[in-house]
Amino acid sequence: MLRNDIEITPDLVRSHGLKPDEYQRILDLIGREPTLTELGIFSAMWNEHCSYKSSKRWLRTLPTTGPKVVIGPGENAGVVDIGDGQVAVFKMESHNHPSYIEPYQGAATGVGGILRDVFTMGARPIAAMNALRFGAPDHPKTRHLVSGVVAGVGGYGNAFGVPTVGGEVNFHTRYDGNCLVNAFALGLANRDGIFLSEAKGVGLPVVYLGAKTGRDGVGGATMASAEFDDTIEEKRPTVQVGDPFTEKRLLEACLELMASGAVIAIQDMGAAGLTCSAVEMGAKGDLGIELDLDKVPVREERMTAYEMMLSESQERMLMVLEPAKEAEAKAIFAKWELDFAVVGVTTDDLRFRIRHQGEVVADLPIKDLGDQAPEYDRPWTVPPRPAPLHAADVPGPADVAAALLSMIGSPDMASRRWVFEQYDSLVQGNTAQIPGGDSGIVRVDGTTKGLAVSADVTPRYCEADPFEGGKQAVAECWRNLTAVGADPIAATDNLNFGNPEKPEIMGQFVMAIKGIGEACRALDFPIVSGNVSLYNETHGRGILPTPAIAGVGLLPEIDKRASIAFKTAGDAVLLVGGHGDHLGQSIYLREILGREDGPPPPVDLAAERRNGDFVRTLIRAGTATACHDLSDGGLGAALAEMAIAGATGARIVLDGLVPHVALFAEDQARYIVTVAAGNAEAVLADARAAGVDVERIGTVGGSELTLGDAGTISVKRLTDAHEGWFPAFMAG
Amino acid sequence: MKSAVVVFPGSNRERDMAAALTKVSGTAPMMVWHQDTTLPDVDLVVLPGGFSYGDYLRSGAIAARSPIMAAVREKAAEGVRVLGVCNGFQILTEAGLLPGALMRNAGLKFVCREVKLSVANADTDFTRAYGAGAVLRCPVAHHDGNYFADPETLARLEGDGRVAFRYADGTNPNGSVNDIAGILNDAGTVLGMMPHPENLIEALHGGTDGRGLFESVVTTLAA
Repeated sequence: MLRNDIEITPDLVRSHGLKPDEYQRILDLIGREPTLTELGIFSAMWNEHCSYKSSKRWLRTLPTTGPKVVIGPGENAGVVDIGDGQVAVFKMESHNHPSYIEPYQGAATGVGGILRDVFTMGARPIAAMNALRFGAPDHPKTRHLVSGVVAGVGGYGNAFGVPTVGGEVNFHTRYDGNCLVNAFALGLANRDGIFLSEAKGVGLPVVYLGAKTGRDGVGGATMASAEFDDTIEEKRPTVQVGDPFTEKRLLEACLELMASGAVIAIQDMGAAGLTCSAVEMGAKGDLGIELDLDKVPVREERMTAYEMMLSESQERMLMVLEPAKEAEAKAIFAKWELDFAVVGVTTDDLRFRIRHQGEVVADLPIKDLGDQAPEYDRPWTVPPRPAPLHAADVPGPADVAAALLSMIGSPDMASRRWVFEQYDSLVQGNTAQIPGGDSGIVRVDGTTKGLAVSADVTPRYCEADPFEGGKQAVAECWRNLTAVGADPIAATDNLNFGNPEKPEIMGQFVMAIKGIGEACRALDFPIVSGNVSLYNETHGRGILPTPAIAGVGLLPEIDKRASIAFKTAGDAVLLVGGHGDHLGQSIYLREILGREDGPPPPVDLAAERRNGDFVRTLIRAGTATACHDLSDGGLGAALAEMAIAGATGARIVLDGLVPHVALFAEDQARYIVTVAAGNAEAVLADARAAGVDVERIGTVGGSELTLGDAGTISVKRLTDAHEGWFPAFMAG
Repeated sequence: MKSAVVVFPGSNRERDMAAALTKVSGTAPMMVWHQDTTLPDVDLVVLPGGFSYGDYLRSGAIAARSPIMAAVREKAAEGVRVLGVCNGFQILTEAGLLPGALMRNAGLKFVCREVKLSVANADTDFTRAYGAGAVLRCPVAHHDGNYFADPETLARLEGDGRVAFRYADGTNPNGSVNDIAGILNDAGTVLGMMPHPENLIEALHGGTDGRGLFESVVTTLAA
């Protein structure tokens, strides 16, 4: 056991992830050498994961306000108004490094952490999603990671009782040594029932709630702020262990507690546990916090102050209590059999003071811990843009139908049923759209409103051009919400990148943010919460830049929504947004020609908006019988997915078009909509009036998908190819 | 119809069940805490789905020993109808109110999907609204739904018409013996089933096949 007053050597500083100049900053701030506990506290507060020191400058450029935004970034989750005095509370957060080291627990505690972020604010979680990226399917670790991560996401969310209604799974060799696990949660609260972390009032009890503190996760946030190397197995003890049963009790107890009026401020213990939560509460409220660690409920003996302050044991909360309500609050936690301990007090001296066994082991200026954290304007270079790739220079396949079959059965396009059937998508009884549609949809309990959620990013686009890729991630999310009939309200971002100390990586980050910002502004789709995960590198090789965007949309009447399935024979198939010819970075190029080149499709945000608004109107009017956005795999993949979902074919006309270009181009701002045949002419006329490019390309019906003269495939074969890959891969 | 839903720590489908009971019977159930030792005067007691006590021991094992279960046993003995769904079914077997056991799914994974159920006995308090031979859609969502009983017990269940529901059309999601999805006690007053009829009761859910179960109980009790 290390003593608290040991000499702080350069090695010790380095092992805490602090650079020499950062350590000097500490010395300047406090005017003396820190104790070991204090060094740990600085390391926890100043690592990349907690301080956003490389990203802050750029995050400030994102649009974060709007008429429906109640609370933007800076709290545990973003809050937006959904009418009737209700708000939606949501955020997405990464748990990448822990999930690579220990896939089940890493993913499980990722889900646990994001759920806690949402219910800390007083919202009951009503939907979850997760965006997962794994290495190449044939990499020896991939199956192990997929299996563990999916089981961990399900194991936690299912027991907690939140429906998982959406998400993404991608494979690429650039994630071989660094998988991504981004967990999203959406909660529902009353607008006047939101709780914040800002402490108020001097001399008030600071209360510890939930599970006991152990040694798990000590140093986790610092680990998450470093690259991986061969010592990774040694980092296993830094991964926390999840207990969804305790989390479920903590949820119920916290919501009861909040209803009782006992909570003045509340903060969950996430990264860097007790340290971050206490500092956050004090610093936001302009108050000091004094903690007595002898009062902290522990599950291991002889824990040091250092370990207690840095433990990332799960399912814990810290709150400032209304003293008059102490007995009532205690009784609620006793009922749920959870720990409730007064561990400290708010003070007026702006110090963060920690006592342990009669000694003061840390005494730091509380505001400086957050405010004085280093902030970097890291050098960055604009990534070179790929040379244009003209459709005429992209050869066609020998057999267009066979190419489509192969594409929809490829790792990135195949059905995710193997994954999402391990998630409870129905619990709470409000699910209107399970995974497999453009967005997941849940009803707002007790109302006729619905909330749609979608998580999107196309990392290969971001790699080729982070600016257009960033725009595209936002546009696709907005489009997916639109495609079910929802009004997109706002989004959360989870920015996963490599080492920001490399100018080319920082350049990816900066350009992606610029793209995201531009798209969010153009689509009135503000970013209200988010998370940055940097240093996603192994042996010096970064992941594909992966700025995942998760959006929330409102369906004023949940019955006015669309699904992707073809429904009725005779329905007209309409293409909104026109035929495309952009094959750069397409699935066709990669899966059929084995090439990953060219620029990604450019995103025309005005067209996105115009076309999307037109589609949404059709859905709301009840005219659209099915709707699907066009993205990976283009028109051909979208038609195949609609046919598979509806177990019904269609006859598509491609007169005068080059089949592989028309079918596989990934131009943006496009949808397929089906309408009753009798409505088609009127819809086309409306489109002309609105300046939207809509054309009829075919008719629903039969048991085959006919692609002009280019080929015909039975829906059965499409289904077998689409559904077959994932189970076969995992059984492999 | 007066009903009660027992809430254990870790229950997570108690609200779904309450909503279904309210929507079908017109009356909201009373929610009863597991630490209570008495049940109100009701016609139906429901043990809902979830992960009581985290299911860290065998699923349902700890809940089966919680204070409220003595009262559930008493009510069952009096002939009050008892319904256990998913974790509730697991608790009923652990409590000895129904025979057999629910083991880990044959595929070893949690499974949430829609299956087909055939009504194996339409002459019960829980199934009569369906009619003989009916096949209905119903979702499942569980990790431990693989029903098992020894051969004698199984023969007795089958011989006495105590199998209420069977997975149909090759949709058995968990490896249950004889495709068993739900069974009754000897008196036909206690039903345990793994599928979730409470999650398929309105247009929003994409169907109403689950309503028949609740309608059956309402009709039975009104008679």
